[in-house]
Amino acid sequence: MQRIIKNGQVVDETWHLLPKDTTLDGLSNCDDLIVPLALWIEHPHALKARDGGLGVWLEAGEEIEEIADQLDNFQVIALNFPSFTDGRHCSTAYLLRTRYGYKGEVRAIGDVLRDQLFSYQRVGFDAFALREDKDPLDALKAFEEFSEVYQASSDQPQPLFRRRA
Amino acid sequence: MYVYDQYDQQIIEDRVQQFRDQTRRYLAGELSGEEFRPLRLQNGLYIQRFAPMLRIAVPYGLMSSKQVRMIAKIARDYDKGYAHISTRTNVQFNWPDLEDVPDILAELATVQMHSIQTSGNCVRNTTTDQFAGVAKDEIIDPRPWCEIIRQWSTFHPEFTHLPRKFKIAINGAVTDRVAIEVHDIGLEAVRNDAGELGFRVAVGGGLGRTPVVGSFINEFLPWQHLLSYLDAILRVYNRYGRRDNKFKARIKILVKALTPEVFAERVNAEWAQIKDGPTTLTEAEVARVSAHFVDPAYKTLVDQDAALAALDAAHPGFARWRERNTFAHKKAGYIAVTLSLKPTGVSPGDVTDKQLDAIADLADRYSFGESRNSHNQNIILADVEQSQLFTLWGELREHGFATPNVGLLTDIICCPGGDFCSLANAKSIPVAEAIQRRFDDLDYLFDIGDIELNISGCMNACGHHHVGHIGILGVDKKGQEFYQVSIGGSSGRDASLAQILGPSFAQEDMPDVIDKIIKVYVEQRTDEESFLDTFRRIGVAPFKERVYAANH
Repeated sequence: MQRIIKNGQVVDETWHLLPKDTTLDGLSNCDDLIVPLALWIEHPHALKARDGGLGVWLEAGEEIEEIADQLDNFQVIALNFPSFTDGRHCSTAYLLRTRYGYKGEVRAIGDVLRDQLFSYQRVGFDAFALREDKDPLDALKAFEEFSEVYQASSDQPQPLFRRRA
Repeated sequence: MYVYDQYDQQIIEDRVQQFRDQTRRYLAGELSGEEFRPLRLQNGLYIQRFAPMLRIAVPYGLMSSKQVRMIAKIARDYDKGYAHISTRTNVQFNWPDLEDVPDILAELATVQMHSIQTSGNCVRNTTTDQFAGVAKDEIIDPRPWCEIIRQWSTFHPEFTHLPRKFKIAINGAVTDRVAIEVHDIGLEAVRNDAGELGFRVAVGGGLGRTPVVGSFINEFLPWQHLLSYLDAILRVYNRYGRRDNKFKARIKILVKALTPEVFAERVNAEWAQIKDGPTTLTEAEVARVSAHFVDPAYKTLVDQDAALAALDAAHPGFARWRERNTFAHKKAGYIAVTLSLKPTGVSPGDVTDKQLDAIADLADRYSFGESRNSHNQNIILADVEQSQLFTLWGELREHGFATPNVGLLTDIICCPGGDFCSLANAKSIPVAEAIQRRFDDLDYLFDIGDIELNISGCMNACGHHHVGHIGILGVDKKGQEFYQVSIGGSSGRDASLAQILGPSFAQEDMPDVIDKIIKVYVEQRTDEESFLDTFRRIGVAPFKERVYAANH
């Protein structure tokens, strides 16, 4: 079983991340599922009718605006990093938290590595499924790397210049 | 200059620890080369031809004598006794060992310096006028705004992995000495009819493979909204800039693809959502930062025109130097002095540790303990008393800083090129030197007058060849180094991109080619015309004809 970081703790993964080509056929009724955006757009009613938990995941090029008015349906929104050098979903997470008021879990998936986690949690991610060859316990150290930050973001509503003593 | 408080200091000290651990994990094999690469780049560390190259940030070019001494120490202790001033006013070391870099950063942190975001796909060092705060034509001092942007951009969590690098420049004067129109974002201070301060905003300029002059998308951005507007531009770029091809990933490609008008609409739509939020700048913050850039304790002096003219008459060498290497100061009795780092036979922009110590010493004795790096790769003492100018000149000669060539043909902007850089297609330093040797007659150089010759060893354009009045680009033709020549570029207020003359030349032909171009100018010019004026009047054809005449 994969171990992921949630709210600063390493926990067992209980959600199932479904691949991009998933169809409704044979979809479990009771499991907690994170479905690809396309499946949600095609079958929102069928997915809402299930008993298990529902999450959705977006590719780096998919825009959160597509589902911005449907966020209440999801307990988890997972954002895929095709490479850790692709920062598009840092904007997505920021918008989810600050503009669209999403309170559920925002999870980083894909090429997720320790050295990006500090900034990821700043923009609004609270769950991290590290790349499989990486140790999530080691990655926890990332959250303590900086004791002060300059900018306002989703973790800190006031920029440093409004907080300086 | 800006002095760190406990918050600023904490952030760079945390950074030293973070990078120390990243380096340790890389050396222990816990981080792959591919994983370490973007981390080291965001810390200014390249793996070069012979050794790593470390680029130290010099925010807006300004250094205290204490910082200059630290650069000298690092050059001595960790490098081969010299440093290089880059075209983004930063300092580069070409020979440090990777294992030593965390220690170098720890030493730098003791003098409030770092190498954060001096490379990588993030917001880089904001540049400005080397005469900021002393120029007569200044509307505002741009340095507080550069510092405000430095803090906003330092580890900005949303924008650490942009599609490509991102460069911002600010001009606060009437003359543009900053080249704002060839930056990803160029900001120009303006005042509206009510006398309020704002910024005119250009986006999408840049050099590199596809040179573009930027487009102005906002004629008056009130200063309070500077950071939220920058956030809006960066957010649109971060989300929609191309990532499939690194040669098409700069913001200029996005601005072009959308058109500047549509890009501006997108930025405005985004800005409308975040304007007036907590990132809105406060008068208190601007005042806090500006307090670090007030005038030094100037004496009440008078201009020394007659005394200096008398010295000119007695010392023609002084007269020449004064004509080229000094710049008028806003305060009576003061003058700004440029130390030329372009004597013939020295790589443009290189300084030794001994010279750096000398600069620190001169800054302490002549210029309130501060010096500035310019994007032309020279160093400036901005606040020199005119009555001390002659004595200073004598000292500068001893240290090799008094070559009277600022703004002349031999004041060449030049990247490190194929001698050091692993990206380069061709060497650039020997070409610069060969041209300097050919034009060694000072009378002729003075007669040619103001001209910018810029050399890049590859199309990444670190030597800004597209905006040189004469630009030289190193190219690779079947494994051989050749040089493409272009003319008519300008980075000033009338920014323009140079036009390519034609087929490229072998290295040994370059002095002849430049000689022919200069001869066409000298023959065709009217009394008042600079090289650029003449080019703009007569066009590229006469130059082309002369340079390629032998091939007909």
